[in-house]
Amino acid sequence: MNTLSLVFSYGLVVLALLISWWHGLRMEKEMVLSSLRATVQLIVVGFLLEAIFKIESTGYLFLILLFMCGVGGVVSGNRGREVPASHAIAFAGIVAGSSGTFAVLFWAGVIHPEPRYIIPIGGMIIGNSMNTASLTFNRLAAELKHQRGRIETLLALGADAGQASLDAVRQSVKAALIPTFDSMKTVGLVHLPGIMTGYIIAGGSPLTAVKYQLAIMYMLGGAAGLTCLAVALLAYRRCFNSDLQLALRLRA
Amino acid sequence: MDNRNLLSARTDPALVSIREMNMARDGKTILNGISFDLALGEILVILGPSGSGKSSLLRCLNRLESNSGGEILFEGRETRTLRITELRRKIGMVFQIPSLPPATVRENVGTGPRLHGEVLTGEDCATLLNRVGLGSTFAERQVESLSVGEKQRVALAMALANHPSVLLLDEPTSALDPTAVLTIENLIKSIHQRLNTATLLVTHDLNQALRFNATTLLLHEGRIIAKGNIQEMMRHPSDERVRRFFQGELSEANPERPPGAKK
Repeated sequence: MNTLSLVFSYGLVVLALLISWWHGLRMEKEMVLSSLRATVQLIVVGFLLEAIFKIESTGYLFLILLFMCGVGGVVSGNRGREVPASHAIAFAGIVAGSSGTFAVLFWAGVIHPEPRYIIPIGGMIIGNSMNTASLTFNRLAAELKHQRGRIETLLALGADAGQASLDAVRQSVKAALIPTFDSMKTVGLVHLPGIMTGYIIAGGSPLTAVKYQLAIMYMLGGAAGLTCLAVALLAYRRCFNSDLQLALRLRA
Repeated sequence: MDNRNLLSARTDPALVSIREMNMARDGKTILNGISFDLALGEILVILGPSGSGKSSLLRCLNRLESNSGGEILFEGRETRTLRITELRRKIGMVFQIPSLPPATVRENVGTGPRLHGEVLTGEDCATLLNRVGLGSTFAERQVESLSVGEKQRVALAMALANHPSVLLLDEPTSALDPTAVLTIENLIKSIHQRLNTATLLVTHDLNQALRFNATTLLLHEGRIIAKGNIQEMMRHPSDERVRRFFQGELSEANPERPPGAKK
């Protein structure tokens, strides 16, 4: 594929624009803006990756990964504002989930300590961890609020924070893992994952693509499991104060 | 204070003592200068219109809410210095609306003991169910299948399973239909007599307070405005606010208001 054929493929967006204009959907502006945004974003990332892949020092790579975790922590922490110290918890959960997964992948020899492995795979793992952390927060806060009566009944009977919130923690871990494991169930049946599609288009054999895809699925499952467990276990304690009272923050 | 209360206060040292307690939430004063004693075997009714701070007062006793000033003593010791889970085991509480985890009645009743590693025997469970007026056939039923009144009895049995010396009842009948209200009231009286607990009952319902005919604290805007036997209080109101309360002129003091409504 040369650059000109890419330009021609933008014709598809133009087609969508014409349809929108024809039917008076008034989505033209949004379509132009979002397609331009995607173009600029991906070109910038492409140049960045070119530069990053030349980095030899693992220290820098580590910093880049840490930066990704930081961004994930902010985004996911914002989701869990009702939980005190949600940003720190989200960051810790994402770091725990992704570093645990990374360690296994290195040890098993799935990836090598080279930028072209570490950065894209790190991005996938950290991104998935971030989504899981957000879902955990979201559900935990909702369950704690929903179950307030039951939790206070347990507290009044002499339960500690863990005993009182056990069911809420379980529900939130379960809910946070649903998307990851549902996509595992349907992979290949409903959709071919992007990474596999890309590998096959780029000329790789489907079986090698499947091998990589499997490793990726396992790693996403592992990262999600570790992250949501870490987030749920760190977060529930924060939802109770030193007097063992349920102390969720009100949404700002 | 009526004679009976003075007598019991002399023979029994106070189990719970509240001294000049204040409580604020989000910068707003909820309770102000609350003082009273509660002895073992005593029953105290806290009466007041909605929003007067009754529930908050009750919830300070087992520290489901924290007071911002003054002292709350349990068995002569400041509750802040006690282990919170131990304190709560000794102070049982029944809420306005029973919230029970989906499980059998028996599993629910055994919750308190289970939380600190004990198992409630079938025999003990039957005794407790009997005490709250539910036959032992209820033991294996799912709590979801019970009426609100029956759930409230299970909640009462749950609180009793910890053998508390104080029982806090936070408008325990306001979600119930009129016949269930009377049943639960009689149950509370019989449990109080048999177990000799110190009982605190919060209610907004003047008629309920009259039926209990006990020492009553009248709460208004976070302060105790009258204290003594309810009948006496009604006959000789100590000030204008008390008189207005009994005439139903203070907000929501009217006993005709629908049950279940709060705040």
